[in-house]
This record gives sequence, C-alpha cells and structure tokens, in this order.
Amino acid sequence: MLKASVFLLLTTCAVFLTGCTDPNRDAVKIGMNIELTGEIPAVGASSKNAAELFFNALNEQGGVTLAEGPKKVALIIRDNGGKADQAASVAQQLISSQDVVAMIGPNSSACAIPAGEIAESLKCVMISPWSTNPKTTLDQASGQPKRYVFRGCFTDPFQAIVLAKFALNDLGAKKAAVLYDVSSEAPLGQATLFKDTFTAQGGEIVAFETFTTGDKDFSAQLTNIREAAPDIIFLPTYYNDVPLIAQQARRLGITAQFVGSDAWSSPEIIKLGGADVDGSYFCNHFSTQIATDEAKKFIADYTAKYGQAPDDVAALTFDSCGLITEALKAGGKNDREALLGALSKIREYKGVTGTFRFEPGSGDPIKSAVVLQIKDGAFQWVTNAQP
Amino acid sequence: MDYFAQQAINAIQLGSIYALIALGYSMVYGVLVMINFAHGDVFMVSSFFCFLLLLVLPVPFVVALLLVMLATALLGVCIERLAYRPLRNAPRVSAIITALGCGLVIQNTTLSISPYSQRMPELFTPVTWNFAGLTISSLQILIVGTSVGLMLALDFFIRKTRYGMAMRAIAQDRITVPLMGVPVNQVIAVTFAIGAALGGAAGVLYASAYPVISATMGVLVGWKAFVAAVIGGIGNVRGAVLGAYVLGAVEVFTVTVLPSTYRDLIVYTLLLVILIFKPYGLLGRPAVQKV
Repeated sequence: MLKASVFLLLTTCAVFLTGCTDPNRDAVKIGMNIELTGEIPAVGASSKNAAELFFNALNEQGGVTLAEGPKKVALIIRDNGGKADQAASVAQQLISSQDVVAMIGPNSSACAIPAGEIAESLKCVMISPWSTNPKTTLDQASGQPKRYVFRGCFTDPFQAIVLAKFALNDLGAKKAAVLYDVSSEAPLGQATLFKDTFTAQGGEIVAFETFTTGDKDFSAQLTNIREAAPDIIFLPTYYNDVPLIAQQARRLGITAQFVGSDAWSSPEIIKLGGADVDGSYFCNHFSTQIATDEAKKFIADYTAKYGQAPDDVAALTFDSCGLITEALKAGGKNDREALLGALSKIREYKGVTGTFRFEPGSGDPIKSAVVLQIKDGAFQWVTNAQP
Repeated sequence: MDYFAQQAINAIQLGSIYALIALGYSMVYGVLVMINFAHGDVFMVSSFFCFLLLLVLPVPFVVALLLVMLATALLGVCIERLAYRPLRNAPRVSAIITALGCGLVIQNTTLSISPYSQRMPELFTPVTWNFAGLTISSLQILIVGTSVGLMLALDFFIRKTRYGMAMRAIAQDRITVPLMGVPVNQVIAVTFAIGAALGGAAGVLYASAYPVISATMGVLVGWKAFVAAVIGGIGNVRGAVLGAYVLGAVEVFTVTVLPSTYRDLIVYTLLLVILIFKPYGLLGRPAVQKV
C-alpha cells in the first residue's frame, strides 16, 4: 500500500515536472527577481506587469530573432519579498537551477546590491530597472564597475544634484530637514548625497533625522524637525512610509513643503497619503505627460491591459526588457556571454523613459530626470533636468 | 520647555498603545507561562477588522471599538482552542513554536488578501489644540483615555472578580486549582479573549493614529510590546503597563537628546541594563522553580 502510493506520488511528480519544463525547453529564459510581497509590493507588481506586457507582445510577433531563427521568450518570475537575503537566494536559484540567460530586477537597492554580487560571481547579466544606489553596479571589493550588472535608471548622485538645485532655485529654500530610513540602502544613500550637495550649493541642513524600517511613529523626530523650522523637508523614503510621516508632520503643525526622491513614484502614495502629501514635489524617471510617441503607445497598451497608467518602475522595466531584447538580437545566441558582449556594445538606446547613453565599461545609463508634483490626486509634470 | 513637553505627549501616546498590546502578552504568560508570539499578528489583524468594518459601515468610534474587540476576542479564543489547548501539556518549546506558526499563518493570510498597505478611513476628524507652543489633538486624548480606562477595568477585573481570582489562582498553581473545582479551560479561554480584545482595542487606536495599515506591521510593534512586558516583569499586569510607558519614554527621549540614528541601539542597550539589575523586570517577582 505504502509502496504503491509512493510510486504513484513519484510518477505524478515526474509527469508534473516534465509537464512544467517542456514549453520552456526551447525558449529564451529570462528571470525576474522582484518585490511582489513585503514592504513595497506595488513596485514588484508594476515590474511584473510591464515585463509581461513587453514579452507577450514580442512572443505574439514570433519572439526574439536570433541567428538560428526566432525564439519565444519565457519569463520566470520569482518573489524576493523586498528582503536582501531572499533577493540573493532568488538570484542564485534563477541563475544556477533555472538557467536563465539574464535576470531583470531586483528594483530596490537593498535587494539589487546583494543580487548584483551573485550575478557578477555567477557571470549572468542582470539589469535592475529602478535601483539608483551607486553600489549596485560597483564591485564592492575593487571599486571598479561590475561587468555583468546594468541598470535602467539614473543614479543617486545625479538625483541629489537635481533635487538640491530644485529646492534652492525653484522652491527658494535655504534651510532643509531630512528624515529617512537608515536601515535601507537607497534612502540612506540619497539622504547623505542630498545633504552634501545641498550644503555645497549654499543651503543649510538644519535637521538630519532617521528611523528604521517598520517604524510607524515619527513624532519624536518630527518634533525635532519642528524645532529646527526648515523651509522644506526632504523625505527620501519609500511610498509606504511617506503618508504616515506627512500626516504626523501636519498634525504637529509643520507646514514646510515635502520634497521626495524617486522612491515616491508609486501612485499608491496618493491613495495612502491623501491631502497630506498634496503639493509635494519629487524627482522621477518618467512622466506620462511628456511622453514620446513610443511612450504614448506603451502608456495606452499598459492602461488598456491593467486599468491604470504605468508608474516609473513599470516604464523602466519595459525599457530594461527592451535593452535585453536588443542585445539578444545583436548577440544572435541564447547565451550569457554573447548577451553580455552585445549589451556592453550598446551606446545609445531610445526607450519609453527617454534616451539611454552608456559609456564604455559602465552599466549606468546617462539619462534625464523629471520633477513631478502631487496635485489634485495625480502626478503633475513640473520640469526636466538634463545630466 | 514646550519642546520637552511636546515630546512627553508623544511618549505618552506611544506608551499607551504599547501598553494595550503588552497586557495581552503578560496575561497569557501569567496564566499559562507561555509566550503567545501570535499576539502581534492578532493586533495587526484587528486593525484590518476595523478597516473592513468601516468600509462596509461608517460606524462611530465607540461602536467600532467594541465590535472589533469582540471579533478579536473570538479570534483569540479560536487560536487557543485549536492551536494551544491540544499542546497544553506538551513541552513548552512546542507551544512557543506553535504560537510563532499561528502568527505567520495570520500574517500570510492577511498578506494574501491584502498585499498592499491600506489607508484607514478616519473614525472621526480630530481637533487640534495649540497652546503655549504645545500641539495636542483630540485623538491623542482619546487614545490615552481609552487605554487608561481599559487598563483600570482590567486591573479591577483581575483583583475583584471571581474570574480574576481564578486566573490568579491558576497562575500560582495549575495542578491543584482544578481540584478545587475551578473550570481551568474556561478561565484560560477568558484570559485569551480578554488579552486578544485588548490587542483589538490597540489595533483600532493604532490604526486611527497611524492610518496606513499593512499585513507586516504587527511584527515590529508586537516585538516592542513584548519587550515592554518583559521590562515590566512578564506575568505582572501592572508591570506590563509600566514597562510600556518606560519603553515609549526611552524611545522618544533618546531621539530628543541624541541623534536618531542610534535610537534603537541606545534604547535596547538601556533596556538590557535594566534587566541586568532587575532580571525579573521592574515589578516582577523571582519565580519559584517547582521540582
């Protein structure tokens, strides 16, 4: 009886497993290592949506054209829970056992930095659509750029300059306060870079306060900030922390303008923040209001399929998929080294988030930024910032 | 001066919420000598109960509070009946692991239903008063008032009623008390109901004060409340309240005088120092190990 049931179980497993791998055997496999659960699930969802939109359209046209003919692309999507350790193990799994040709994601810098280390050591191309921290594409040991790691967005030093100049020149702010999550890579980097840049440009940082991931009470830090009486409060924190900070600040009677980084970009911030975040400015990768023709098509397709306009993570993921496809075509082979060779030779790519320019030997694109304002429940385009 | 007074108000608000959750840990420990690690997630799920209730029916604050407390009490009793009672005589480690497991089940169930954070609708519009440089909102008064009221009611219940007496008796001797005709199962169920209901009240108050709720928020707050219960002397109800206010005050005033970057480091180092000098917590008594 026991033997029979074990046998039955094994056969079912075998049938199930072969059934699973069969359709992908001949396809080009691309892994996705994204934040579907955890603190920032909206980021992972946007990324998944955009990638599926891109590759479904590509597969309908026959797939990606390689030297041996067109091949379908199979996406292998894995959740990293928004956690660094899980992102590293997902990277390991995708590259070693799923045998993907390239990996898209993770998006948050806290996840992208460790996953990048794994991709580099296992020699597999990784593109992080949204990680702006410089460390993602830098080899920690040597300080040299990683060979296999690319990104789809600008970096934090550039963003810090954009925001510092905007605060000083456009908002006329002299005194700024900063409140950020000290235990998360992207906010930590953005806060420090903003502090240096804002001071160098002639401004003054009057309060520099921190919290740790998961905190919901910011009253002590905000009371400190109220004492310092800043003109603006810079909040380089993720979209899910900003609403509570804004609400508690307003309840304490703080009227200073909020300014944020690209970590704000999910429309969730409007839903969660309501009137408290209205009027705030932030730096972003993409605006639906100044779209090129290709971008308009992407926005229309995305909106038709998912019922909401794409945010910047979606747009950057879409462009990352585009970059990989372009490089696969140029390399002509379903092979990691061929892909890397072709991707490293791309100097310019026109995507929905603007033009990417790559310097030889660097995985960081040079591209422009936009400043948006949250106004009447929508993101309004304010200005462009060129590199 | 008003700066410190403002920070004191912040500390009292934070302490009150920690206290309501800490009571749940302390009561269960007092009666069963078991750390109910699912309590943080019970607290979390109660704020989702409140969210769902308000989505269906915009009821006034008191009604919402009572309904959510009732629902959470039922959840607490169910967890006790299904997960803890069968293991009551099992090794203590098994019970703790089960509690951790229950917490994960609750958290992941909520996560699968609502992966995104939710904005809590306002239970009422808070009025803010400014005087002498201080900002106080009616919400803060309500939070502190409700917390203190519930804590006094609980204290009265434990000290003056028959059930309270039974709880204290079971805490002292779980072997002999049933022989005296005390319905142990019933008393333990009541303990869980009250502990969970207080967690439920904390969930409603927390969600009004910090109106973005997520499935993972119970973890950190639950841990902090547990720490508060230990600092106060776990098993002792008044100790849990004292520990919670101490924790709230230390958290807030550390940020007042030192850079916030070091807050958690300093807070928890300080609390460890307290435990070195008072190993059973501020109000705890050394436990007599029975052989």
